[in-house]
Formats: sequence, C-alpha cells, structure tokens
Amino acid sequence: MTKYSSLRALFCTALITTLAGCGINTIPTLDEQVKSNWAQVENQYQRRADLIPNLVSTVKGYAAHESTTLTAVTEARAKVGTIQLGNNLLDNPQAMAQFDQAQGELSSALRRLMVVAERYPDLKANQNFLTLQSQLEGTENRISVARKDYIGAVGRYNTEIRTFPGRIWHMIMYSDMQVRDSYSATTAGAEQAPSVEF
Amino acid sequence: MITYLSRPIAALLIGLILPIVSTTTTAAPSFPKLSGRVVDTAGMLSKTTEAKIDALAQGHEQATGNQIVVATVKDLQGYDIADYGYQLGRHWQIGQKDKNNGVLLLLAKSERKVRVEVGYGLEGQLTDAISSNIVNAVMLPQFRKGQFEEGMLAGTQSIVQALGGEYKMRSGGRSSSTSRSDLGGFALFIVIMLIQFFGGMGGGRRRRRGLFFLPLGMGSSRSGGGFGGGFSGGGGSFGGGGASGGW
Repeated sequence: MTKYSSLRALFCTALITTLAGCGINTIPTLDEQVKSNWAQVENQYQRRADLIPNLVSTVKGYAAHESTTLTAVTEARAKVGTIQLGNNLLDNPQAMAQFDQAQGELSSALRRLMVVAERYPDLKANQNFLTLQSQLEGTENRISVARKDYIGAVGRYNTEIRTFPGRIWHMIMYSDMQVRDSYSATTAGAEQAPSVEF
Repeated sequence: MITYLSRPIAALLIGLILPIVSTTTTAAPSFPKLSGRVVDTAGMLSKTTEAKIDALAQGHEQATGNQIVVATVKDLQGYDIADYGYQLGRHWQIGQKDKNNGVLLLLAKSERKVRVEVGYGLEGQLTDAISSNIVNAVMLPQFRKGQFEEGMLAGTQSIVQALGGEYKMRSGGRSSSTSRSDLGGFALFIVIMLIQFFGGMGGGRRRRRGLFFLPLGMGSSRSGGGFGGGFSGGGGSFGGGGASGGW
C-alpha cells in the first residue's frame, strides 16, 4: 500500500512538473541569457575604451598641461585592457571583481577628465569634443543599462534554480550549473554616469 | 488519497504563483498608456501640434517602418531621465521586434529635462552625437524661450531628418552661449522656424491654416486630433542610446 502510494506520489510530481511549463529547458535558456547579457556589458565597456584615445588626444590639444589627469585615464584604460575577457570571467568571481574594479577606476578617471575639460571654453566649443562627449555619455548610459539587464538576467537564472520546478530540474539534470553571484557595484557610484553636466 | 494529491497540487500552485510575485515586485516606474504617437500627459502640446507631430511620425513609419513616439510626462518619479526613458521605450515596445527601430522623444515637465531615446536598431543613424546635437542645438534653445510646442516639433523634424541621413549638425551647444554658427544649416533652420512661427501667427494658435504651411502639417483634415486608430508598439527594445539635456 505505502509502496504503491509513494510511487503514485512520485508519478504525480513528475507529471505536474512536466505540466508546469515543461521547465526542462528553462535553466539553460536563462543561462544563455546571462551570457549574452554579459557579452553586451563587455561590448559596451569596449566601446568606451575605444573612445578614449580620440578623447585624450582632443583634450590634449587644448589642455596639454593637465597631464596628470590625462595620464590617469590612459593608465586606467591600459589596465582595463590587460584583463582577459570572455566566458571564464563569468564563472570566476575573483576575476569579475578585478574587472569591475578596473572599469570603476576608468570611470572615475574619465569623470575627472570631464571636470577638467569644463575649465577650457575653447575645448568645450570644439565640435569634435562635443561629439566625443555625447558619445561618452551615451556609452556610459548604455553600460548602465547593460549592467542592469545583466543583473536582471542573473536574478532570473538564480530564481529559476532556487524555486520549484527549476529546482528539481537543477537537481536532476543541471547540477553543474551553479547559482551565480549577482554582480554588485563595488566602486562607489559605479552605477552613475559621469556627471558631465554643463 | 486526498492528501497525496493535494500536496503536489499545493506545490504546483506555489510554483506557479512565486514567479509571478517575483517578477511583479521588481522596481519600475509606473508608465502612462501608449495612446498614440503623441502621448501628452503633461498637457504641453496643442491639438494642432499633436496632429503635426503625429502626421510626421506616421508618414515616416509608412516610409521606413521606424516608429517615433513623442511623450511628455509631468515628472519622472525620482528616476533619471535616461533611466526612465529606456524603460518607457521598452514598456511601450516602440519599434519592430526584429529591428528595434523605435525612437522616443521624451520631455519631463517638472525636471525640465528632455531626451531622445534611440532603439538598438537606429543607433547607427541617430547616433549619440546627432541626438545630443538635436537636444542641445535644436530643442533646448526653444525650450529656454518657453516655446515647447515649437521645440518638440522641431525636434521631431530633426529626428526624421537624421533617420533619413539628412540631418546637418548645428552649432550651438551645451553652453547657453550661441557662439559661432554654421550658416548653411542654421539659416535653413531659421527659415523653417520662421515659417512655422508665422504659419501659426495669423490669429492665434487654433487657426493654423495660413498660406505658409510646411507639407508636414498637411493639416486641415487631421486637425480633429484623432490618431490613426490603434497605434501600438511593435515589440522593439532599447539599450540606452541617445542623449538628454535640460533647460
């Protein structure tokens, strides 16, 4: 009797979990979303890094003696460049923290540069600088959106693993896919775009 | 028997309800309804201007498939305009799903901010630099004079031009001082604005049927203020491209 009913309970559970949205693909799908969202974050950071040489040389033309600020930006960018990107970053919280910190330093170096630029009216009137400034603002904004999307994707992935029925699928099939650290803004104000207000 | 059945059912119910609860609790501002191509919740645009913008956006959508929506809101509920803007664009799903070719022109009345929010698919044509130029050189000077309708209309026109690859960068920028001027584009701009202005002059706002009327208005038949019924977003998404400014 008890053997029979426990079998039936098992059957019921199996049936219901299947019915509950056939969640068998949900975890891998969400995992892929996390990866693609992360790729977008990297992509936007790369876009920012690509803007910097042009920005630095433009500012240099008008404010050459602000070498400390300019060097800080160049160095921060170089440091960002040394960090290996790729999927391994996602599964390596330590490397991720390092990456985040380097990007945070670059953000604050850029912010200082834009504050310095405010002191040079000729620079501020330069069309090339205005273009770069708006591109930088736009990119900072895209970075912030990409990061938020990534955090959301990690949240959905983790929730799926921790709740029914994903929890069961995770137990049965995807035990190698671990709950991810949601990415936290380690540097103060890292979520904020640099204030390049006029 | 009942207990064996009810337990998994309860589990199923919890399993079904939990994800719903968890998705609805994520913080997001509350958004106005997408009632048409012009959503004037702050009440800053007259019917005539709304109709003009609507005609402009509709014509552009018919020609290119790009969706342009112009919105004014009373306030941003404490959000940054860039933060609010992309979420509103996503909420309304402006642009087509596979192309993400939507543009949202958003004005926040009490924050005194305006933003051009560009969908993923149009970031190549309506770049940050062009968006910024439209905001800073086309719209803000008008807004500073209190001419919101003219500014929003000129902004929409510039967006359409930029999407067609015809927008010329204008000088004048972030600083309120309008220093040098690139005569070609600027003169054209002045002429357009003058025509707009005098078109609207003759006897008040309501009677915009003057001689000089830009083809974009095409006005009289549309001036009833109805939007070509059932406008809705096509599933497009936004990634934070565009530019904003304040006056």
